[in-house]
Amino acid sequence: MNVPGGLAGEQQRRGAQGDAPPADPPPGRDTDAALLDRLRSGQEEAFAELVDRWSPSLLRVAVLQTRSHALAEEAVQDTWLAVLQGIDGFEGRASLRTWVFRILLYTSRAKAERERRVPSFTDAAGRTAPSGAGHLTAEEACLGTDHPHWPGHWSQPPRSWAQVPDDAALGSELQRHINDAIAALPPRQRAVLTLRDVEGFSADEVCSALDLEPGNQRVLLHRARASVRVALASYLAEER
Amino acid sequence: MPTGRDLPCVELVDLVTDYLDDTLDPEQRARFEEHLAACPGCVRYVEQIRATVSMLSRMPTKDLSEPARQRLLDAFRERRGRDGPATP
Repeated sequence: MNVPGGLAGEQQRRGAQGDAPPADPPPGRDTDAALLDRLRSGQEEAFAELVDRWSPSLLRVAVLQTRSHALAEEAVQDTWLAVLQGIDGFEGRASLRTWVFRILLYTSRAKAERERRVPSFTDAAGRTAPSGAGHLTAEEACLGTDHPHWPGHWSQPPRSWAQVPDDAALGSELQRHINDAIAALPPRQRAVLTLRDVEGFSADEVCSALDLEPGNQRVLLHRARASVRVALASYLAEER
Repeated sequence: MPTGRDLPCVELVDLVTDYLDDTLDPEQRARFEEHLAACPGCVRYVEQIRATVSMLSRMPTKDLSEPARQRLLDAFRERRGRDGPATP
């Protein structure tokens, strides 16, 4: 079997593509404390560096929460302004990065709800989340645990997917399906999945950013991934 | 025929997140991999979850527009700046 046991490979691939800054600052960059000092003492260059370094990721997260580039950009601006407001009082119990992304998540969710850009889980009319278009969740596709011969085993195993190479950029249609799949998630699943799998935050960082117990974070991530998998199966499953 | 030790597929699915995070204890991990060795359906499921995460990690970032960036630097200068006019 050649199934990798961890996601360390994803982090390496992410770094190699250069399209988003890594979650941890590379050696030689400011620590949080040094950066805070520079910001608090009014060094504009420090703020510009931070804005340039983190805004691409902040925008990516905000677009996934709001489904609107315009709203996302507003959310990112509001976030940086809130950072300026709060920087003196920031106690450093969380890392600077988790603090900034936490502000961003709350800001973008508030904007999305105010503008009603994101269908809430209950009024996604016609969409019986998470399955659709004949693609089943694992629970739906497995035999009952009381089955006499194969309790809990697949009755309809997953259909094979067209190959999506790991090092390829995503096509725009696939991106659209991923956007749709993420938008269909309940808000907390969406937030956890975005931070963990899109942005590469660790489990601890996500718990810190979203005020979650580890067990809760794991369940939200698990359900979100299962739902996104089913949604993508509609697009990627090969015809029989 | 499943043995007493065999992990049902529906339970394996429940453990996928822990497996990929490498947080299963050695015994659970052994049962998990033993099941994979005999179950193409589960191999495919795990691979699809892994592929899903891989795709998510490749969603493109966006650039902040130059006007927005400039507004932020202006705000910093107004509220906190000590250095005088910004270098372009």
